[in-house]
Amino acid sequence: MLSPQEPLKRKLRVATASLSGCFGCHMSLLDLDENLLDLIELVEFDRSPITDVKHCGTCDIGIIEGGVCNSENVHVLREFRKNCRTLIALGACAINGGLPTLRNGLDIREVLREVYFEMPGVVSNTIPNDVELPLLLDKVRPINEVVRVDYFIPGCPPSRDAIFKFLTDLIAGRTPRLDYPQMRFD
Amino acid sequence: MSLVNSSAGGVLEPILERYSRNPCHLMQILRETQERLDFIPKWAVDYLAKALALAPAQVQAVIDFYAFFYDSPHGKYRVLFSDNVTDRMQGNTALLSRMLSRLGLTLGQTSGDGLVSIDTTSCTGMCDQGPALLVNNYPVTKLSSQRVDQMCELIKSQTPLVEWPAEFFRVEDNIHRRDVLLSTGMANGQALKRALELGPQGMLAEMKLSNFRGRGGAGFTTGVKWEACRNAPGQTRYVICNADEGEPGTFKDRVLLASFSERVFEGMTIAGYVIGASKGLVYLRAEYRYMLEKLQATLEARRKAKLLGKDILGQKGFDFDIEIHLGAGAYVCGEETALIESLEGKPGRPRIRPPFPVTHGYLGQPTVVNNVETLAKATLIAQNGGAWYKGLGTKLSTGTKLLSISGDCNNPGIYEYPFGVRIAKILEDCGARNAMAVQVGGAAGTCLARHEFGRKLAFEDVSTSGALMVFGNNRDMFEVARNFMHFFKHESCGFCTPCRVGTTLMCNLMDKIANGKGTGYEMNELSRLHRLLKTASHCGLGQSAGRPVDDTLQKFRPSYDRRLKQKDFEPAFDLDAALAPAREIMERDDMDAHLGTDL
Repeated sequence: MLSPQEPLKRKLRVATASLSGCFGCHMSLLDLDENLLDLIELVEFDRSPITDVKHCGTCDIGIIEGGVCNSENVHVLREFRKNCRTLIALGACAINGGLPTLRNGLDIREVLREVYFEMPGVVSNTIPNDVELPLLLDKVRPINEVVRVDYFIPGCPPSRDAIFKFLTDLIAGRTPRLDYPQMRFD
Repeated sequence: MSLVNSSAGGVLEPILERYSRNPCHLMQILRETQERLDFIPKWAVDYLAKALALAPAQVQAVIDFYAFFYDSPHGKYRVLFSDNVTDRMQGNTALLSRMLSRLGLTLGQTSGDGLVSIDTTSCTGMCDQGPALLVNNYPVTKLSSQRVDQMCELIKSQTPLVEWPAEFFRVEDNIHRRDVLLSTGMANGQALKRALELGPQGMLAEMKLSNFRGRGGAGFTTGVKWEACRNAPGQTRYVICNADEGEPGTFKDRVLLASFSERVFEGMTIAGYVIGASKGLVYLRAEYRYMLEKLQATLEARRKAKLLGKDILGQKGFDFDIEIHLGAGAYVCGEETALIESLEGKPGRPRIRPPFPVTHGYLGQPTVVNNVETLAKATLIAQNGGAWYKGLGTKLSTGTKLLSISGDCNNPGIYEYPFGVRIAKILEDCGARNAMAVQVGGAAGTCLARHEFGRKLAFEDVSTSGALMVFGNNRDMFEVARNFMHFFKHESCGFCTPCRVGTTLMCNLMDKIANGKGTGYEMNELSRLHRLLKTASHCGLGQSAGRPVDDTLQKFRPSYDRRLKQKDFEPAFDLDAALAPAREIMERDDMDAHLGTDL
């Protein structure tokens, strides 16, 4: 049993992934700069673009950037939910679907036809259909419509300060809270 | 083009003239335009905008805001089924399907020949004689399969509404218990004469002595409101009668306006006398449009009797007259500042308070907005004095309250009780033997379970605007809450994000649970969203929208639990089906082209 004076010793395992996003949220994570050194004292990274580990092991915290636009996104998201005690939606696309949802008003068959048959300069006249390729969902979804999500960090992208404040709160056992300056988008 | 313009002028000019080309009357102008043309075409929007010196977008905004204005053809016969939970309990769903199939239509669709459209609408205030519907804004009550079939024939044969059987449109008062208001007689002008004898200050003193509180729901002391308005600086003052009785399950104002309108108008005149106003406005909900001609005739008779107009009852300098404005199907206009916006010919979006209407109301002038029942009861106080009135009811809630009782009881209708009456006594009187729950105060009110039936109706215990819906043992309270949630989603004015988005999210969660895809996650989300709406919404609509869900979650939890899946989470949609269009175009059907359920 830990006394209040003795903080948690074990480093927390953190995994991150970008689904249908632009990696902007991960850039914001990298933007932590020297704070990354503070963070690395508290956590170690499992699956993440930072480590290039391909699959997620048992983790304390999973962080997801981007919405769900195809079958592979679904698999990755499910893997995270299964392995991470706490799952966080990072940024506008994970929370609301974001920019990729602009295609939600269109029929995905029309979109693919337009891109592979009708665009000026297209010569292939086939829609790529290799079994390796993930299939597109009819609509792009925010991640909380596919799995249960514990926390949401808003922003496009969320600022480095927002990410740092949120993670350090969470790690220290405080209910994460972003104040107004950390939620501004301008 | 010139033909269109000349006919445009032919139709619209008389209407514009009748309303003196005053943009404040835009709602009335649009209503009459629609009554002539069945909908409001683009050319009419442009014509009216020009004539009223408004931007076309301002006119269009009003059409878009109100449910009963149409900018595209919705048929010669526009049928709207009242869809309150009480209509549902009386079987409106089957009757709606019957009419749809008889006329070969889907919900919301206009028939190809432009003859008829059928849709649903919020509570029409006929809960004691439902199921009900509106056809071109006139109520048809006591629907049965037979009546629905007859209607279909009348529509098919294009019989004008005036030739439909009169019993279709009969609206009964159904008064089952009378107390001081409904049993005391009043000769026209009697209360007003007494008020004139007392003088404005004397009448105000009686109002304050009575400790009478407003009957619209909030329970503000009426004398204090009148005094604040009287003392507020301004060039002129207004009295507004709030007859936008939109709270589901409420119909007491309907009965007061149908059979006690003299009292309502006399109460307005007394209020005008006390605060020093010369103009009164009645905001009548569109669902009560059928009363308009009768009410106007009553006003005309009062003018003839010198009870309205110039130098009323011979009192030099006391001028007061009353105008009736009709709403167009927006619940939020029951909120007093939204109502004022609507009276000014704008979309009914609530204003930021303060300033309150008593200092900055209609056209920025000091304004008293009172409920129909409040104004009717002011005449009683004038007749019998404040001290007498104070002796009725409880110390903090003086007087009596009209209740609109509907749902699972033998005798739905109007009951007048002194404040302080217990729920159990009311249920006994209306013949509700197997009540499991009562919803007091409408959708935005309080849901009480059986163990709370000993509680009292009063501002200090269970407060109410006048609705009491009874739910018997066999009712599903989850479905009751879901019906109310859809009502709030439909009626949200869209001005503030917590209410606009929050009511939709709560509806989605309730639908998800209803579809058997709910888990503990949705239950937590419902509670969280209710707290958010309550604290962050701009007006009372959003603040109370989550209440029916919150109340039933606490008191009828098993009706939710039995629908839940025992798992962490389930998507509301079918993931594998979401891949189907891509499978089709990419001609794939291998294992990786499918998504199983997440375990």
